[in-house]
Formats: sequence, structure tokens, C-alpha cells
Amino acid sequence: MPLDRSYLEYTERSYGMDHERYDWSMLTDRKAVSWPGDKKLALWVNVSLQFFPLDQKGVPVKPPGGMTMPYPDLRHYSLRDYGNRVGIYRLLKAFDKYGVNATYAVNGELAERTPYLMAALKDRGAELLGHGWNMDTIHYNDMEGEADVIKKSIEALLRYATDDVKGWLSPGRYEGDKTPEALKAAGIEYFCDWVNDDMPYVFRTDNGPLTAMPLSNELEDRFILLSNLHSEQSYGEQIKDAADMLIAEAKEQGGRVLGLSLHPWMMGQPHRIGVLEDVLEYLMDKEEVWSASASEILSHWRNQQ
Amino acid sequence: MKNDPGFYDYWPYDNRPKIEWPGGARVAFWVAPNIEFYELDPPDNPFRKPWPAPSPSIAGYSIRDYGNRVGHMRQMKLLEKYGIRGSISLSTALCEHHPEIIELCKERDWEFFSHGIYNTRYTYGMDEDQERDMIRDGMETIYKHTGQKCAGYLAPALSHSELTLDLFAEVGTELFGDEGGIYTCDLFHDDQPTPIHLRSGKKFVSIPYSLEMNDTIAYVVNKIEPRRYGQIIKDNFDRLYAEGAENGTVMCIPTHNYQVSCPHRLKAFEEALEYITGHSDVWVTTGREIAEHFIKNNYDATLADIALKKEVS
Repeated sequence: MPLDRSYLEYTERSYGMDHERYDWSMLTDRKAVSWPGDKKLALWVNVSLQFFPLDQKGVPVKPPGGMTMPYPDLRHYSLRDYGNRVGIYRLLKAFDKYGVNATYAVNGELAERTPYLMAALKDRGAELLGHGWNMDTIHYNDMEGEADVIKKSIEALLRYATDDVKGWLSPGRYEGDKTPEALKAAGIEYFCDWVNDDMPYVFRTDNGPLTAMPLSNELEDRFILLSNLHSEQSYGEQIKDAADMLIAEAKEQGGRVLGLSLHPWMMGQPHRIGVLEDVLEYLMDKEEVWSASASEILSHWRNQQ
Repeated sequence: MKNDPGFYDYWPYDNRPKIEWPGGARVAFWVAPNIEFYELDPPDNPFRKPWPAPSPSIAGYSIRDYGNRVGHMRQMKLLEKYGIRGSISLSTALCEHHPEIIELCKERDWEFFSHGIYNTRYTYGMDEDQERDMIRDGMETIYKHTGQKCAGYLAPALSHSELTLDLFAEVGTELFGDEGGIYTCDLFHDDQPTPIHLRSGKKFVSIPYSLEMNDTIAYVVNKIEPRRYGQIIKDNFDRLYAEGAENGTVMCIPTHNYQVSCPHRLKAFEEALEYITGHSDVWVTTGREIAEHFIKNNYDATLADIALKKEVS
């Protein structure tokens, strides 16, 4: 039996995208953006601080980095916890040493569990992003009470935040069809789940526009080291090559953003922290690099649109 | 189902009649950028799920969109710098969605060949008429938007039927005579072009389109580090260049704007292109030009050699 006729009908086959979320726009067709001090590359480092429940449900999918063994998977539970106990403090020292202004995407449940860490972030005046309730609370189409989950996740961060929580990174970057609407309704201004650009762009929701911020998945520590099983040396080379390329492009086309997504349970390990330090030193030594929070980048970008 | 697709004969890479490329080149070198459109919400196919993740598949969809929004211009600029005209494996609906990209490639005299309508519409489950309609739609779309008589095919998402190559060649003849539907990129059995058996008897060739050099295979399936990918390309070239002194070879790098054009991968790719095009005796060309050259100069001699070698017992 042949396929249903509809399989050869193409209802969205027309100019632009096959959905209404954002306009089709090639990066090179956009107005050049300049960063403060005529810097070429805005370096946005975001650290994900995550809680992986031991009793993982995995609905509708297991989170990346989640439990894989039969219950109780002490191996993955404790290795992820390592990042919040040990690894993060190595990262913070490295940021201080090289003058990196990082942001932190924090699971609401983790904020409740680690007040000491959260107070340390508050002392630093760090920008916090909502990161869902925990890594096993995946956003998806049939999710119950999504608005409440988002509200609860943001509220858990507010007492440690220096400002409103304006940014969002979904656990595992999963969303349901209406997650952007729910985020906007909860006061979120920018989110970073979509990886289709190297610059911010406007993303439509029924509740008004969000801004999509570029936070590369391909350059994420977890993706390079854990999914691709590349070496630590290659991790460093990839970041450096990316920065060099984006700086060269920025000199011709206007400012670019390099979004580095880090997990203290990956880069906070003793054998990896040195590679991260080496990368940060390389980047921060460059006169073209501006280390900035997402909100700082966004505000400069917005003022030039 | 068949035990052997029956497209080609065993033809040993040993003592073959010499292929002479234009200008005495050792290697015919071509780059095949796949310029694809993946749908966010494609219809279900009973044999293959379009996206592994729950819908909406943001990760998979958005990185592919990155290729068109950001990556294309980077790769095009790079190929231009090294004097390479791309041979585009095109999701032909891109002509409607992103005509700007089509125009840019047209201006540079790049080749467009068909890679189906969308890379999220598979051949699996289509009957003969449906597949013929899909193939014809793709070839007509390319002609309408570029004026090119589509010569080559790479089935969408490498999804095939037993009749794919026959149908592509037949529709090509129907639309464009001998100028259309003359080569396929769907087979990976050789480093030289090979004649393909078709029910129509049309002169039709398989042009080497290396899966091993394909950036998506390298990065996603084989999980190769970017700088090593650059090295592998050079190694592949070195051997084909050396062997090409005796008998012309073909080297292809199939690319994707969402893989090779990412900031952390472009440098390694550029070094490889610089290395290859820095050699003399390299014919930097397109898929169609290789196919036409082979059909005109080598096709009959190849059939004769295959027949001769079959007789060895």
C-alpha cells in the first residue's frame, strides 16, 4: 500500500520558515552590532548548576547526564553532585583569576538544597537564569502544570538574585509547543534553548516576544567530552578555534557572541580544570574579547536594533 | 527484497583502463555542500521517525536552521577563496523557503542537484508513482528556480527504494533528454566513476561521494575531533593523488552548513581545502562535469573492461 497522499503534500512550502516563531534572516544580512570599547567578541560563559534526582522518572525522556543504571544509580547521582560540592568552587576561582563575568543557570530544587553556594553567587553579584525545577522535570507537550513549574523554579532563585530572573535555559533544552508562551508569561525576557544563530534574535510568543540568546550546544563541555568523547586537549582547541574564527568574522561583519556552556560536574574535575583555565587565559588575553553577562550583551544588542 | 541491488558488476581496482582527467589532472576534486531543509513538524513515515526527540525537536531542528542562517555564507566564502564551485545537494523546497541562498549560488555558477524535497520526507513506503512524482517535483523545481537541468541525485536522507535510480534517470530523460538524470551519489563502492545498470539502458554513472569524508558522518556518527577531520581529509587526498598519477581518481568532500561551518570546525576544513587546492594536477570541478567527462570518454571502455574481467575464471 502506498503512503497516504498527504505525505507528498507540502503545506508549509513557501517563503521563510515552516513555522511562525521567528523570521527567516541570514546573519550576514543584519545590521552590524558593536560592543563596548569596540570589542569584537562578547564572551558569555554560562554555568549550569543542576540537581539530578536519584529516583529519575525520565518522562518523556531521560535528561542528558541523568541516571542510566538500575535504581539506586549512586554512580551518576554522586558524580553529578560532585560538581555542586567541589567542581563549582574550582570554576569560581578560575573565573576570578581571569576576570570572567559568568552567569549561572540554576535548577530551582538545587537552589533550595545549596544555600551556601547560592549565597556565594549572590555575593558575586552574579546573574541567575531559570533552569527548570530539576533535571528530571523535562518540559514537553503534555506536561502538567508547566506554568507552576516555571514559577516555582524562578521563585526559588529570587532571594539570591541581584535582579529579576530574566533568562531561562530549559533542562536538557527540551520544550513543549507552548513553553515559550509560559516563559514569557512568567516574566522571562530571553531564553537559550534554540541553537540556530550566533547572535540574539526575536522569537515570537502569543504573550509577546522573547529574545533567543546563542548558547552553543556544539561547544558545550558535556557535548564535546561526554557525547562525542573528544579529548580534553581537543575541547581546548575547539574553543580557541571558534574564538579565532568569530573574531575574524566580527572584524568584517560586526560583533559576535561566543556562548560557552559549562557544567561543574564536567569541567570541575581535577584533570579538566586546567584545560578550562588555559582556555579562559587564551580568551581573556585577547584585546578583542569582552567578558559579559547575558543581560549586558542583550542590552547592548537591543539598543542597536 | 533482493540479495544484491544489481546496480553494478564486480570491477577490481586493478589494471583498469586509464581515466584521463582534463589537463592531465590526477584527481577530480569536488565539494558537495548539502543545503537542506528539515521540517519542524513533518508527517509521520511508517518506516523512519524524522526526529529522535519528542516534538518539537528543537535541538535537531535549530542546528540545521543554523546551517542556513549562519553557516552557508561562511562555507560559500571559503569555497570561493579556494576557487571551488560547490555541487549542491539540495532539498529543493529550499528554492521556495530561502531563495536568497539559491541566488547566491547561482551567481557563482554552482551546480544544483536533487536531494529530494525536504530531508524529512523519506522515500520509504512510496509506491513507484509517488516516488516518480517526488523526483519529478525536485527536478522541475531546480529547473524553475535555476534554469539547470538536474544531472545528479542523492536520495533525501539517503532513503531509497529498489527503483530510485531507475526513476531518477527516467524522469531526467523525460524532462531534459540526455542532459538530465545522469549520475547518482547514493552508492559508495568505488573511488572512480562506475556505470550503473538501469532498466532503461540509459548511460548513467555512480560518482564517488565519500561517506567517509562526509562531515556529518565524521562528526555525528564517528564523533571525530575537528582537527583530526582536517587531517583525515588530507590523508584521503594524498593517497588518491598518488594513485591518480597512474589512473585518474575522484575525491569528494560532502559537507553540511550546520557541521563544517560551525566556528570550531571551519579552520580545520579551511586548512584541508588550502592543502588540496595547493597541489597542481588537481581538477577542481563539479559532479556533473565528472559524470559528463566519464560518460563521454570512459564509459564504453569501462564496460569492455568489466566484461573482460568477468571472463576470468
